[in-house]
Amino acid sequence: MASELNKLTIADASSKLCAREITATQLTRDCLDRIAAAEPRLHAFITVCEKEALKQARAADARLGAGNAPALCGIPLGIKDIYATKGIRTTCASRILETFVPPFDATVIERLRADGAVFVGKTNMDEFAMGSSTENSAFGPTMNPHDTARVAGGSSGGSAAAVAAHECLGSLGTDTGGSIREPASFCGVVGIKPTYSRVSRYGVVAYASSLDQVGPFARSVRDAAIILRTLAGKDIRDSTCSARPVPDYERALTGDVSRLRIGVPREYFVEGMQPEVEKSIRSALKNYESLGASTVEISLPHTGYAIAAYYLVATAEASANLARYDGIRFGLRVNAEDNIALYETTRAKGFGAEVKRRIMLGTFALSAGYYDAYYLKAQKVRTLIRNDFERAFEKCDLIVTPVAPTTAFKIGEKMNDPLTMYLSDIFTISVNLAGLPGMSIPCGHDSNNLPIGMQLIAPPFAEETILRAGDAFERTGTFKPRTPAV
Amino acid sequence: MERAECYDSQGIAMAETKITLEQVRHVARLARLEWSPEEEERLRADMDEMLAYVDKLNELDTKDVAPTTQVGEAGMPMRDDEVTNRPDADAMLANAPSSEHGYFKVPKIIE
Repeated sequence: MASELNKLTIADASSKLCAREITATQLTRDCLDRIAAAEPRLHAFITVCEKEALKQARAADARLGAGNAPALCGIPLGIKDIYATKGIRTTCASRILETFVPPFDATVIERLRADGAVFVGKTNMDEFAMGSSTENSAFGPTMNPHDTARVAGGSSGGSAAAVAAHECLGSLGTDTGGSIREPASFCGVVGIKPTYSRVSRYGVVAYASSLDQVGPFARSVRDAAIILRTLAGKDIRDSTCSARPVPDYERALTGDVSRLRIGVPREYFVEGMQPEVEKSIRSALKNYESLGASTVEISLPHTGYAIAAYYLVATAEASANLARYDGIRFGLRVNAEDNIALYETTRAKGFGAEVKRRIMLGTFALSAGYYDAYYLKAQKVRTLIRNDFERAFEKCDLIVTPVAPTTAFKIGEKMNDPLTMYLSDIFTISVNLAGLPGMSIPCGHDSNNLPIGMQLIAPPFAEETILRAGDAFERTGTFKPRTPAV
Repeated sequence: MERAECYDSQGIAMAETKITLEQVRHVARLARLEWSPEEEERLRADMDEMLAYVDKLNELDTKDVAPTTQVGEAGMPMRDDEVTNRPDADAMLANAPSSEHGYFKVPKIIE
């Protein structure tokens, strides 16, 4: 009978590994077997690293044998294909980097390696993190493990699906406008976007540098806290990375939310939302009240302007960050007679439609004559959005909202009109603009068995509040994970 | 802000467009992206739709609002100007589409 160790949480696996009840090699083997079985229907991975993973697992077993190993030692993780992993192909789900092999590790990859974690593979994503469904991957979409006719969400769809489908015990994603929280919601797993600057972005391929953030997916809040503890902290190679000390996030999981003031923003419960989503969030708020928390209605009046501000700021920053893909030093090159033609055809052939669209929009927003009207204006609105949250946090400690207006939509449903896709980011985007920490935690299912996620938002560097509240909700047992269809 | 006006076949003015084909071509040059004629019109329509959408920001009076460029903690951390990484030209050239004698090869730039 299969041992199915891949279904363990990180916390459980870690204690069994330390007690030598199980081995890292067996744990990794079970994940790889599951990957082989599920991938034809799921497509969560771009690259599976079987040999390297088993090598890492053997090294982890040696370390575990010696005793005193870190919590992540021997734990199999999936890594979004946006992280530089030395010697392992890193594509960002783009043809322009299809054969690119980084000569270095991202800082967070170094930290996970130092803890003895095992990397089972590089997960699928929307190309250059631009998208909300993983349908913009140059290598095909990732399916939702609960219904393979539906999207896994994006842009970190592969990382979310891999954890939900038990292909690995945790994974890394990135979040610029909701790209961890939304797929976490669609796949029924926990996903955290920490405070901007909490985690180093060195070695993470940049999309929008003032919005991008690194974060984990896991099947429990405790597991996510364990991963975050390793990722977070000062890094001199990322000049935006905060030097604030990193708390032991696991110790925040006290279960006590008795004096928590929860803010509920009226602008986040709007027409067009799937009624079951609203019902699920409101029901979760009742759960919190029965645990002793109090709720208060708040207002975030500039919510309706967030998408517009984001799609100017993010695309402008992307147009600058993606200028480096020019076919000269790395990546795809399409030969041409002169350099300009070489750049133009390389980029036209190497980038997908959504990436090119965003580069065009961002370039326009920054161009002479339009900079003030578009980019500068958006940055000013960003200030207003940030101020909304600052004012709201005078009245509450935590803000609870839906993550997305609906559960996972069908593959292809939103691909005809870019704007329709963008509007699904409505609840997550402001959090990136304000630089706040946000977490998606599963809180229910709809009548199609699709998971619904609840978003917890806290002031800067208050990840502990989010983790404590998320863990407390988890302990009520309201959300019962269902066996994935895959 | 420049606005173009479109008229349908009966001379009735359509909603004003936010971006013309000529502007799209200019931006394409700046962004170093090549577009076929078929793609161009679709792109213009997409950009037009987006620009019409972001126009809602003009509902807000931001005259006295400072722009946000950074949401991290302020500061420009400095370090001593000393080399801390080992040079490794082979690693740098390993992904090069075309290289020779330690150089990246490109089409001729100067006539």
